Amino acid sequence: MERKYLLGNEAIAHACLESGVDFVCGYPGTPSSEVVDTLRAQPDRPFYLEWSVNEKVALENALAAAWCGVRALCTMKHVGLNVAADPLMTSAYTGVTGGLVIMSADDPFAHSSQNEQDTRCYAHFARIPCFDPASVQEAHDMIPAAFKLSEEFGLPVLFRPTTRICHSKGDVALGPAVASPRKGAFHKDPRQYVVIPAHTRVLHKKLNEKQPALRKRLVELGFNRCEVRGKTAIIASGIAASYVQEILPDTVSFMKIGAYPIDEGWLKEFVGKHEKVLVIEELAPEVEETVRQVAGCIPVCGKKNGNAPYEGELSTAAVAGIMEKAGFLPKSLFAPAAMVENLPVRPPILCAGCLHRGAFYAIKKVFKDAVYPSDIGCYTLGLQLGVVDTTICMGASITVGSGIAHACEKQDVVCTIGDSTFLHTGVQGLMNAVYNGANMTVVILDNRITAMTGHQPNPNTGLTACGVETPAVSLDALCRACGVTFVETMDAFDLTGMVNVLQEAKKRSGVKVIIAKQMCVISARRAGVKRGRYTVDPEACTGCGTCVRFGCPAIEFADEKARINELCSGCSVCVHLCPVGAIVREGKR
Amino acid sequence: MSGSFDILIVGIGGQGTILASNILGDSCLIEGRQVRGAETHGMAQRGGSVESHIRIDGKFGPQIAPGQADLLISFDLLEALRYSHYLKKDGKIVVNRRLVLPTSVYTQKLTPPTEEEIIAALKAHELCLLDADRIATEAGSPLSQNVVMLGAAAKWMPLKPATLLEAVRRLVPKKTIEINTKAFTMGQDAGGKA
Repeated sequence: MERKYLLGNEAIAHACLESGVDFVCGYPGTPSSEVVDTLRAQPDRPFYLEWSVNEKVALENALAAAWCGVRALCTMKHVGLNVAADPLMTSAYTGVTGGLVIMSADDPFAHSSQNEQDTRCYAHFARIPCFDPASVQEAHDMIPAAFKLSEEFGLPVLFRPTTRICHSKGDVALGPAVASPRKGAFHKDPRQYVVIPAHTRVLHKKLNEKQPALRKRLVELGFNRCEVRGKTAIIASGIAASYVQEILPDTVSFMKIGAYPIDEGWLKEFVGKHEKVLVIEELAPEVEETVRQVAGCIPVCGKKNGNAPYEGELSTAAVAGIMEKAGFLPKSLFAPAAMVENLPVRPPILCAGCLHRGAFYAIKKVFKDAVYPSDIGCYTLGLQLGVVDTTICMGASITVGSGIAHACEKQDVVCTIGDSTFLHTGVQGLMNAVYNGANMTVVILDNRITAMTGHQPNPNTGLTACGVETPAVSLDALCRACGVTFVETMDAFDLTGMVNVLQEAKKRSGVKVIIAKQMCVISARRAGVKRGRYTVDPEACTGCGTCVRFGCPAIEFADEKARINELCSGCSVCVHLCPVGAIVREGKR
Repeated sequence: MSGSFDILIVGIGGQGTILASNILGDSCLIEGRQVRGAETHGMAQRGGSVESHIRIDGKFGPQIAPGQADLLISFDLLEALRYSHYLKKDGKIVVNRRLVLPTSVYTQKLTPPTEEEIIAALKAHELCLLDADRIATEAGSPLSQNVVMLGAAAKWMPLKPATLLEAVRRLVPKKTIEINTKAFTMGQDAGGKA
């Protein structure tokens, strides 16, 4: 057995190799992306792998593969599961032949997300099993078990690590990768795969009949386990179980929940041996509700009586606080430590030389009083530049834009959306906006890559996830096919050109699309693209601060003069901003 | 907390804090010890403040609680101050003598603390101050500053310097092994004896 220090997602990817996975797909989303990224970096992949255009597309592909009897993995972040919810709900009815594991990574505290929803609720809703790991090692160990369970019960299995599993690290014992013996074949069975009412009613009953045996098997597998040690007990799930174990007093009983649905008889027996029970879990009170159903008159502490929060992520210190509040004395208490106050913040910021900054500047210059619906990607950071008014979910900039345009008379609307997000779920909104006669401008920020999640290729890149060349989608042709007649493709660094084309768009009615194109500056650096740097001529600089307000991290201001630091990547946009021409190419003063 | 030695590495996205934490993780494996870690991924890396937690001999959760870290390794002065509340009373600091002002200082016209003010505040703890950029450049590449920092911190870590050096050699790109070996040793010299 090999031991390695691995990122949670790397350990999960390795466990898929150990399980002989045949089919891998997903859509990138923090904190899930590194699983497919690790698998696609494998040399001599004996399995099929793709980045799909969105989560619904991914899940339907994976489901079909599992119908053909092969093992399929489909990855996404928690909000991606909303996009895939339609096939998810009915896949529980049709079931699978080959193992289907759907990894939906939750993000308590919304480190990189628009909400804090809990994937376990989807498992409950769909009546399918869900694994909830407490550590990197357990995340690794659950994957082979999830594939086997999926095949044993003929059900898709949800796997729900959280950010602190996916992006934490640990020493992990790994098994050997195995070659898959399976060959895919689709055996026609309309009663299983054609969910007309007559079929689906039968399938729903079959799904419900699987539940009791499923609950029992999860206890047998050892992911739900308990130890009676005293008169009071703590029940914890997921990574919260690791936090509890660090400070659990020796005389308090402990139950660890790692898989759902929970066997109620088994749970009731444990709870019944105690005088008081505390439930500790992140996000929804999924375990707590089941505990309350079986507890009878035994007092239960948790979220519902105000001992634990519904929102945010837990930590050992937070768990110690919850224990204390509920009358359980933890092994250690953590005195609050005061942060140093009033330090200048250092939030993430658009890179020096990022195409989005110039595009945003041009938009704001031409459309001063517009509403700016935006979308999900690095460009959401345009909020700092005052050019992002709304962000709700993937693909919603164009739809929110058309909604505002129809609801408000004579309101300029300028949407921004990245290329990957446009292809994910943006294009339907564009089609709808044209079809229904909205008046709006759409700027597609086209860097030909899914940058925020770690530079995954998409249909616009011209490369597959495995690095094979593939025909790149033409955004121009796609927009025209949706019925847009004003489609202009621009160099995003050409500030004058951008301003001119936006002014032209402003004069016209209907839906106008501007494709602002430029490589992501990180991709460009990796590809060896070198542009000369720029510098400020201190004698010419009047210290007006126009370039500083542009918000580029390469531009500093000291002693009443602007200065360009070594972060400059040579996009040259600031040259066009300076009213006195003080910004010049380095070495050419 | 529970017998683990807790190290917090902080800096600015892109400075190589993740490689530094991987070197510590692999060092634990070489010495046959358990380890837990947590770090910042995703968009937060775009020039933002980043943190890596490493718990040597850790068996439970990956994060260090504020007030509990044994050692803070910071690639930037301002970030050292921002995370200094993570240290326990007798916790120690290794910090790169460099102050990168965040863009917020210029765009929101904030007044940042001066280098001298930050160093005075950090002196509440035992402090090792070094110019890792200069040392890394002397070693052969400014990119080796993360290894310089680990070299300087070696005296305060419960890992053998030889183990750390072996992990460095395993993890850095092959053609930079020589530079990084030099960077580690020069970092050790700059850090002085414990």
